[in-house]
Amino acid sequence: MTSLSRDDVAKLAGLARIEMSDQELVSLSNEFTVILDAVARVQEVAGADVAPTSHPLPLRNVFRPDVVIPSLLPADALSGAPAQEDQRFRVPQILGEE
Amino acid sequence: MIRNSASEMASKLASGEITSVEITHAHLDQISAVDRDVHAFLHVDTEGALDQAAAVDAKRKNGERLSPLAGVPLALKDVMTQKGIPTTCGSKILKGWRPPYDSTVVANLKKNDIVILGKTNMDEFAMGSSTENSAYGPTHNPWDLTRIPGGSGGGSAAALAAFEAPLAIGTDTGGSIRQPAAVTGTVGVKPTYGGVSRYGLVAFSSSLDQAGPCARTVLDAALLHEAIAGHDPKDSTSINAPVPAVVAAAKAGNVKGMKIGVVKELNGDGYQKGVRTRFEESLELLAAAGAEIVEVSAPNFEYALAAYYLIAPSECSSNLARFDAMRYGLRVGDNDGASAESVMNLTREVGFGREVKRRIILGTYALSSGYYDAYYGSAQKVRTLITQDFNKAFEKADVLVSPTCPTTAFKIGEKANDPLAMYLNDIATIPVNMAGIGGMSLPSGVAEEDGLPVGFQIMSPVMKDERMYSVGAALEAALLSKWGAPLLSTIPALAGSK
Repeated sequence: MTSLSRDDVAKLAGLARIEMSDQELVSLSNEFTVILDAVARVQEVAGADVAPTSHPLPLRNVFRPDVVIPSLLPADALSGAPAQEDQRFRVPQILGEE
Repeated sequence: MIRNSASEMASKLASGEITSVEITHAHLDQISAVDRDVHAFLHVDTEGALDQAAAVDAKRKNGERLSPLAGVPLALKDVMTQKGIPTTCGSKILKGWRPPYDSTVVANLKKNDIVILGKTNMDEFAMGSSTENSAYGPTHNPWDLTRIPGGSGGGSAAALAAFEAPLAIGTDTGGSIRQPAAVTGTVGVKPTYGGVSRYGLVAFSSSLDQAGPCARTVLDAALLHEAIAGHDPKDSTSINAPVPAVVAAAKAGNVKGMKIGVVKELNGDGYQKGVRTRFEESLELLAAAGAEIVEVSAPNFEYALAAYYLIAPSECSSNLARFDAMRYGLRVGDNDGASAESVMNLTREVGFGREVKRRIILGTYALSSGYYDAYYGSAQKVRTLITQDFNKAFEKADVLVSPTCPTTAFKIGEKANDPLAMYLNDIATIPVNMAGIGGMSLPSGVAEEDGLPVGFQIMSPVMKDERMYSVGAALEAALLSKWGAPLLSTIPALAGSK
């Protein structure tokens, strides 16, 4: 049986950039014990001789002609921006002060 | 008028018996009358729909050549972008977002002069089987308002069953078109993966997602299928080949000499009695219509559900990283000095619902170093085994069949706190997505024990979508002559319905 502790879930939530309350972390950790048990069944049949499939179509290197086509105007691209300034997306501080 | 099929409406439009403005008005009236109870729509574009209808009527008056469905109204799942129209995916994180571009499906609908009435409700980011995971409240099944309409495309299916629209667009990642069709007594088709462009379909699991037609008859689904399908340079996974001749197949409805394979593993224990009875009856009707029924085995299908709940969450954990509060959508906690990271954390906490968070975390785990091979890697191998099972089965049969779902519609709230029980709904639909083949669900009657609709699933090989339409149309015709009237003519009337 695989299980994820409250702290494991907290670490994953951090990686996934989702703030979570203590209560949510605990209840997810309980649910994951059940869910992981169910999905771990894939290991029963996945032998070393089986090739993985990542995609249903055998596509490789799909190209299109290198020609200029109409694209979004700046005003359209910015139309859903939570904040904007000088035709750019205004975002919170990314780098630290120091 | 609103109870006609889309093709009947199309002929009345072509003969001048009705106008598109009239038929659009009739559907908008029905939405006003019943949608407070059904809640199929998240947004109704009254003005846009009537403008589009008036434009088609003008074209027709000028004698322009029009497409077969020109002027017929349609309901659009809220996961497809439509320029200037709110697109939420059933999530708070996209509340109020108006996309600056049309998805290719919407561009094709507009090219065919199909009138878009509005956007339909869905499980948040298409994650669910009941439409209970919508941030905007559940949709109710028109057969029984206390029950779920299926999911994730419950809004599109309910709109058809409530006569709010004769056509709808759905998307199917693990059964989100076919399961809602089954539990609402409507028709839903997941085309071959790559048959319909994914450009502008907000991605959940890119290697599984596929848009497709929803309707009340097999022919209507075929007409809509041909209107939206085809190669699109904007989607690198779109298949560059002619669209399968699904309309011709639906019109002929010929199964003489066809081999129909019953998948042994998708029946039996765990399937409701009434579901099994209807399935057996449909097989007898198909045999009487000239098909040969054979049994096939797909031993690895029992692992499909487990593999799906690793692959889909893994892809979603990556796809939904784009909702980062920077370029569009919700932004929370952007106070003086707040870091971008804390804004992302807070926005995603508030913006995503519980099931979406659960799947993002599960996917993050399955892809993390040290666990990747055991979970995501093994799931990809199961995907290979499932595809091999299908290939072997299609050597023995032209199409494969099964019940669409193990049960009829359950009560709203019944499975909301048990994710695994909820996931089991998709046990018969998921293998199709894993292999990228085509799948259809059509109504096969109601279960004796509860009077609720049961779906019959038909699966066809890659880019042989016409085969499921041949079988679907043949079965539909046989059932119609048995019943004397379409199944939906027996649906209980909704209060205020026209």
